[in-house]
Amino acid sequence: MDVVVFVVAAAIVLVGAVGVVLRGNPVHAALSLVMTLFGVAVLFVAEDAHFLAAVQVIVYAGAIVVLFLFVIMLLGVDRSEDLRVEPLKGQRPAAALAGLALLALVLVPILRGHKVITGVHSSSALLRDSSDDTNVVRLSRSLFSDYVFAFEVTSVLLVIAVIGAVLMARRPPKDTSS
Amino acid sequence: MMVAALHTTASWYLALGAVLFTIGTVGLLVRRNPLVMLMCVELMLNAVNLTFVALARHLNDVSGQTVVFFVLVVAAAEVVVGLGIIVAILRRKPGATADDIALMKG
Repeated sequence: MDVVVFVVAAAIVLVGAVGVVLRGNPVHAALSLVMTLFGVAVLFVAEDAHFLAAVQVIVYAGAIVVLFLFVIMLLGVDRSEDLRVEPLKGQRPAAALAGLALLALVLVPILRGHKVITGVHSSSALLRDSSDDTNVVRLSRSLFSDYVFAFEVTSVLLVIAVIGAVLMARRPPKDTSS
Repeated sequence: MMVAALHTTASWYLALGAVLFTIGTVGLLVRRNPLVMLMCVELMLNAVNLTFVALARHLNDVSGQTVVFFVLVVAAAEVVVGLGIIVAILRRKPGATADDIALMKG
């Protein structure tokens, strides 16, 4: 059963990802991105990350992609781009070659060394144990104890991002208006 | 019958993450529309998230999921700032591609 879920979700993820790269129209690319994000959310559920699956759908598919679509509509850049022209000669073969090299570099250790994936097992923040705490309880316990400082710094980051976005997207003040 | 005997392992998810990361990288290298390039960065971030979640399950440690939570927050902040920059650029030069904005000086 988990194999079926994995294969279907992986197909959704990969079709969406290829769509993002190959679609000429930015709106179609954004909708393909939604497809990929939903596939990843399904895989999160299959991997016992229930809270992250919900956040993935709400934050990514609900907020980030909508932000993309807003910008596309706002700027009117939703016309299709002709993907057959190659602005830089020989760039696409070089990019494909670089992609293949990267894939080989990452896949070979994963497939050759899948029995020797190592890492330090946590003694306190387990994902599964005999108690029946839910995933949200475990994640929040980890977040608000071990990572509470990083969590607080995150709020500073968000404030900086908001101020920066407002500052950059604002129209430059006109001299005559004062 | 064969399918029922199979079980997904962590390396399946890691391999899928590697393929997704590669697609994002190639897209970032090939596409010239700054909005689509930002979407390809999102693909790469999702590939890494998938890897973190797979290893969190494999190692039975919830910290991997906590890291993904932070990645989500940073990705949201990145998109907000990146789109702000793109809006500012495209307002000055409508229809600009990555080739047109190769110079920092506008």
